[in-house]
Amino acid sequence: MKQAAFENCYRDEIDRFEAWLDLAPKQRRRMKHDATTGLATDDVPAAYRHLCQLMALARDRQYSPDLVDRLNHLVLRGHHVLYGPAGGQRTRLLAFLANGFPALVRAERLLVLAAALLFFGPLLLLLVALQWHPDFVLHFVSPDQLAEYEEMYDPANARLGQRDSDDNVMMFAFYIWNNVKIGIQTFATGLAFGLGSVFYLLFNGTVIGAIAGYLTAVGHGEPFWSFVAGHSAMELIAIVLSGAAGMKLGGAVIAPGNLSRKAALVEAARPAIRIMYGAALMFLLAAFIEGFWSPLKAFPPTVKYAVGLALWALVVAYFTMAGRSRAT
Amino acid sequence: MLDTARQVATPEGIEITLRLAGPVPRALAYLLDLLIRGAALIALSIAVSALGQFGMAIFLLTAFLLEWLYPVVFEVLASGATPGKRAMGLMVLNDDGTPVRWPASLTRNLLRALDFLPFFYFIGLLAMVINSDFKRLGDLAANTLVVYREHKPLKASIPESAAAVPLVTLSLSEQRTLLDFAERTSRITPERAAELAEIVSPLVGDNTGQAAVRQIVGIANHLAGRG
Repeated sequence: MKQAAFENCYRDEIDRFEAWLDLAPKQRRRMKHDATTGLATDDVPAAYRHLCQLMALARDRQYSPDLVDRLNHLVLRGHHVLYGPAGGQRTRLLAFLANGFPALVRAERLLVLAAALLFFGPLLLLLVALQWHPDFVLHFVSPDQLAEYEEMYDPANARLGQRDSDDNVMMFAFYIWNNVKIGIQTFATGLAFGLGSVFYLLFNGTVIGAIAGYLTAVGHGEPFWSFVAGHSAMELIAIVLSGAAGMKLGGAVIAPGNLSRKAALVEAARPAIRIMYGAALMFLLAAFIEGFWSPLKAFPPTVKYAVGLALWALVVAYFTMAGRSRAT
Repeated sequence: MLDTARQVATPEGIEITLRLAGPVPRALAYLLDLLIRGAALIALSIAVSALGQFGMAIFLLTAFLLEWLYPVVFEVLASGATPGKRAMGLMVLNDDGTPVRWPASLTRNLLRALDFLPFFYFIGLLAMVINSDFKRLGDLAANTLVVYREHKPLKASIPESAAAVPLVTLSLSEQRTLLDFAERTSRITPERAAELAEIVSPLVGDNTGQAAVRQIVGIANHLAGRG
């Protein structure tokens, strides 16, 4: 069949499909039988398959490029509509939080433990070591920064962990902006053979440990610990999880197994990004606690420690026990 | 035919052609988005400046959302393109040619934090020029492509003329080239068309100038089965 005959034969059909594609998505779904295009919704898959066949024919017979390009464009648009996203995933977030997220973290427990070691190792080490040698802190934190922290946790402040002029809502926004950024950095740089995640875990663990150890040693311990107790569980574990997700990407690049490095990376990115959903939610909760609960001085330190410990117990219990029956 | 064309097989057993976008249009799209986000933030900072620290909170939250979720929201909800990409005629698709969903879009956009290092997307650019699909690291992990949102191609338009039988036997790809030329005559200058037509001396014989063009268009009409 020559091109002119082909065009005459199928022009109406092709135009009809294009007219259907030009309808707005809502119109498309509603249409039982569309008067303007003459294409019923139920007939669309068949019409699309025939269009695919026409394109294959046109290409094989080396019809002119304009015709082939037009058919290619229509097939691509049809492909997008037919294989596009389906609706109805509102219930998934709850199911993810109840079962999927803790199960996922348990499935990657080796990585999570390694990340926890990299983060909490230097943190605890410095926390203890600085009780004997507080000056050692100057190897990790500059004097200016140190003075700022001392001011923040001065026992004489009206609120904990913040300068008197700071507003709760603003600090909440600042914590989200800053902490999620740290989390994303820790995650993303893991793709570079895991090096970035390892670096950020060690770095943040070291700095936090140094400041906590120093403030405790110079007698600002009570305001510091009663400030951080509340949000520490959410925030620190979220950093560890971001690091674990990043190391998951790095691990796929270092040891792809039977897959190509690219395919292994794609495989690893799926669970890694799901861990990041959870970590982002935890950062959000932590920022909320840090902005509105942690600075309160109305409660005695023992109450704040108790709340902090309870939250730690809750988070650990969540990751060890939740979703065991429905684990996937 | 072109090295930036990528074939994607569909379940219907055919291949669709996608045209990949290189670093330059993507960088321009990014700069446009940067301008849009910057303008939005400046406008916002003026609007909330009277609100003091509460205004500062709104500003910080918006800055955070614009930095990380602006591309994701547009890619998933506005058919694969941020305003900058749309202006440059680009869109983001999965490797199999389907529209991107939340996980893929989040993956590619969170990994910007790495592609951006050590300054202004150096790693991303390096990755893009090394692999054959112009993928930065975020695209590699998310299995996504940035392609040209194709303009509606013109309807096939070989100029009508009396059919002419070619003097030599033509292979399929030669036939296709002649059809392509005939369609393009309306989009290039007559001088350029004549210049190109005269190259094919076995077909146009002693004809020169517009006569050569007419001869080739005649052959194209014959090949397309007209007349």
